[in-house]
Amino acid sequence: MKTNRLLFLLPLLMLAILAGFFGWSLLAGRDPQSIGSPLVGRAAPHLAAPSLREGQPPLDDALLHTGKPVLVNFFASWCAPCLAEHPLMSRLAQREGVTIIGVAWKNKPDEARAWLARLGDPFKAVGYDLEGRMALDWGLSGVPETFLIDGQGIVRLHVRAPIGEQDLDRLLPLLKAGLGSGS
Amino acid sequence: MIPELGHFALILAFAVAIVQGTVPLLGAARGDLRLMALARTAALTQAFLIALAFVALTEAYVTSDFSVANVVANSHSAKPLLYKISGVWGNHEGSMMLWVLILSVFGAAVAIFGANLPDTLRSRVLSVQALIGVGFLAFILFTSNPFLRLSPAPPDGNGLNPVLQDPGLAFHPPLLYLGYVGFSVTYSFAIAALLEGRVDAAWARWVRPWTLAAWCFLTLGITLGSWWSYYILGWGGFWFWDPVENASLMPWLVGTALLHSAIVVEKRDALKSWTVLLAILAFSLSLLGTFLVRSGVLTSVHAFANDPARGLFILAFLVVVIGGGLALYAWRAPSLQPGGLFQPISREGALVLNNLLLCTLAATVLLGTLYPLFLDLVSGDKVSVGPPFFNATFVPICAPLFAALCAAPFLGWKRAEVWPALVRLRAAFAVAVVGAIATGYLIDHRATLAAAAFGFGLWLIVGSLLECAERLKLFAAPWAETKRRLRATPRASFGMTIAHTALGFVVLGAVATAAWNTELIRTFKIGDTAAFAGWQITLAKVEPVAGPNYEAERATLVVTDAGTPYTTLTPERRLFLVQRREVSETSIHTNLLRDLYATLGEGDAQKGWTVRLYYNPLAPWIWLGAALCALGGFVSLSDRRLRVGAPKRLLGPRASRPAHSLREGGPGGPRSQKT
Repeated sequence: MKTNRLLFLLPLLMLAILAGFFGWSLLAGRDPQSIGSPLVGRAAPHLAAPSLREGQPPLDDALLHTGKPVLVNFFASWCAPCLAEHPLMSRLAQREGVTIIGVAWKNKPDEARAWLARLGDPFKAVGYDLEGRMALDWGLSGVPETFLIDGQGIVRLHVRAPIGEQDLDRLLPLLKAGLGSGS
Repeated sequence: MIPELGHFALILAFAVAIVQGTVPLLGAARGDLRLMALARTAALTQAFLIALAFVALTEAYVTSDFSVANVVANSHSAKPLLYKISGVWGNHEGSMMLWVLILSVFGAAVAIFGANLPDTLRSRVLSVQALIGVGFLAFILFTSNPFLRLSPAPPDGNGLNPVLQDPGLAFHPPLLYLGYVGFSVTYSFAIAALLEGRVDAAWARWVRPWTLAAWCFLTLGITLGSWWSYYILGWGGFWFWDPVENASLMPWLVGTALLHSAIVVEKRDALKSWTVLLAILAFSLSLLGTFLVRSGVLTSVHAFANDPARGLFILAFLVVVIGGGLALYAWRAPSLQPGGLFQPISREGALVLNNLLLCTLAATVLLGTLYPLFLDLVSGDKVSVGPPFFNATFVPICAPLFAALCAAPFLGWKRAEVWPALVRLRAAFAVAVVGAIATGYLIDHRATLAAAAFGFGLWLIVGSLLECAERLKLFAAPWAETKRRLRATPRASFGMTIAHTALGFVVLGAVATAAWNTELIRTFKIGDTAAFAGWQITLAKVEPVAGPNYEAERATLVVTDAGTPYTTLTPERRLFLVQRREVSETSIHTNLLRDLYATLGEGDAQKGWTVRLYYNPLAPWIWLGAALCALGGFVSLSDRRLRVGAPKRLLGPRASRPAHSLREGGPGGPRSQKT
């Protein structure tokens, strides 16, 4: 029987393709747990939330278009990981001069205020989103989550986890670079 | 001391495996009997050494030797003995030990039971088996050593993941590995056949028992895993299309195809290169499963500690084993002589259809499992592929498979006609159609597809039984004739009937559970009653219970039927003290026709407790059917023709003829010593 010998190479070829993908996946340091974010590279969603500080104006989009990069941090007083990342947020605000906008998510304003009063308030402005309506636009899956928005209002990073020391390597250059070009 | 002994035994086994993987191959190439004879001794020695290492590790677990890092990470002194032992393979390092143990035991089994194999074939099979062992032993010794010591030794260990502390899961990995690793023997036979350059009926007969054994264990392993997820995870389902579940399903599908195509090689000397390819693929997919679980390229409920270094090692190993096998295939397979010709409509044709459909199913599962990975890498988009994909692709491909399944045994070899086979199946067709219409009408007239699927289940059961009855001439001939036929029919044939009928039961169970279950989730305070599936269910009490290494809250749900007590259900929530993790223990009342299933959620006396109730019709049939399927495999395995020593290559004057032209090697006749 005359059989095309190339046909017998087909399984080997398939393996090569599969192995290529696996190797790529392993070497790219891809995190299969991450669910990604469709917002990265696009304009930030609207920021509209009543202020947590009595007598201050509500949060609005102007806060995101100052020409300087900002961090938008969703937190809640009932969330233990938020407690864990809080010292780092304070350090970023105080030592690195980073502008951070806080949003208390599904959190009673009194409780969020008490939490910030107890731990310190690292935010330039802070609002609350009691029913999580605004967070829907931001594609939030829980707290804490942090967005890095550049001076032009474009989302550059979306971290679906507490910010830790290991995140500073990718956060700080973006924050500084933005500062340089913005000012 | 004992862990070091285990470690040394493992290193020795590694050295022995290297020798076993090279010297006999050389001997087979040169026709040197002394070099080939080494294979047998080496295989037995290697198995003994690995067993020694495994016993040493088990000893460390049983005596809770917390100077061994692996024991600290996965065991605790307060754990019941069963889970101390099952903890050995409940972690990455230990499960690799179990893997190589089974691998070497299979190698030893080939050495012991393969006395009737031609010397070259046996030594090549054992060498290839040893080369696989070299890879895994190197993996253990260099990246995942279970014998590493810890100093200072902590007072107690971290305990085993509570979810794994269950009798069902104690035996799930060993059975699954017996299946996965069993295919390594098939792989070794395929590679040896390619090296020898001949695949014939005798080869198929030698391969079939190993494939069958691996397939039976894999079937049982998957069944146990599915049953465990049903009653432990408390989600009420039995199959979740989780990547790791899929990883075990793919070798099963290809292994099933292999079982069937090997019959064609054995009986008709056809489909040879295809069968060799399936033999390579079945083991390749087993290895792929290992890679997916341990490398961390996909997310899954089966969490092993993920480590990219290990992932790269397994990937490299995977490429060598599968790539080597497939390269050899690409090189040698085209020169395998094609055998018996057949018409598309024939037993062979039906088995080819079976193979095509089973492989399509495996390819579908592979695509669905890996698609999120491909997409993420290529475009950065994150998707998850779940039940909707598989329901839309996997299930429809099953329909032609099941439809053809009953007709195939009625077809003759070489050339056959469809119509006479269908005529003989008319009773099964009638039962299936009536059954489908009746269930559709009586249970839920909207679930048309479910009713049709139910009809397929009936078709499988009645069609398979009809074939068996016809073979025995049951009721068609005097009883004496039937008895004579009963004795004359090979057990493999009964095995087929059992397995095919059992598949029908699995289908019925799966369809009924998925389509017609009812579910109630509500909050119960003490004394609350709810009506559910025709019963009144009352929460009588919730009390604390103390277990060996956990504290539990146990609810007592009294089920009454119109005032008369029917049964009580006692679901629990267990808090494992070492890990501070809660695990729910479901309570299931079954009468083999349906499950009444309860799980206890969080709550307290003021707010009440959340209780989930499920009524799952025919659910037990899923696992009983699958177990029966494996039983069919074992019955087939006990067939005289497959028994050790039975298959022999044909001898005498004809032995000098090219092997591919030989028909079935019949029993009798002296053994030929071909080299």
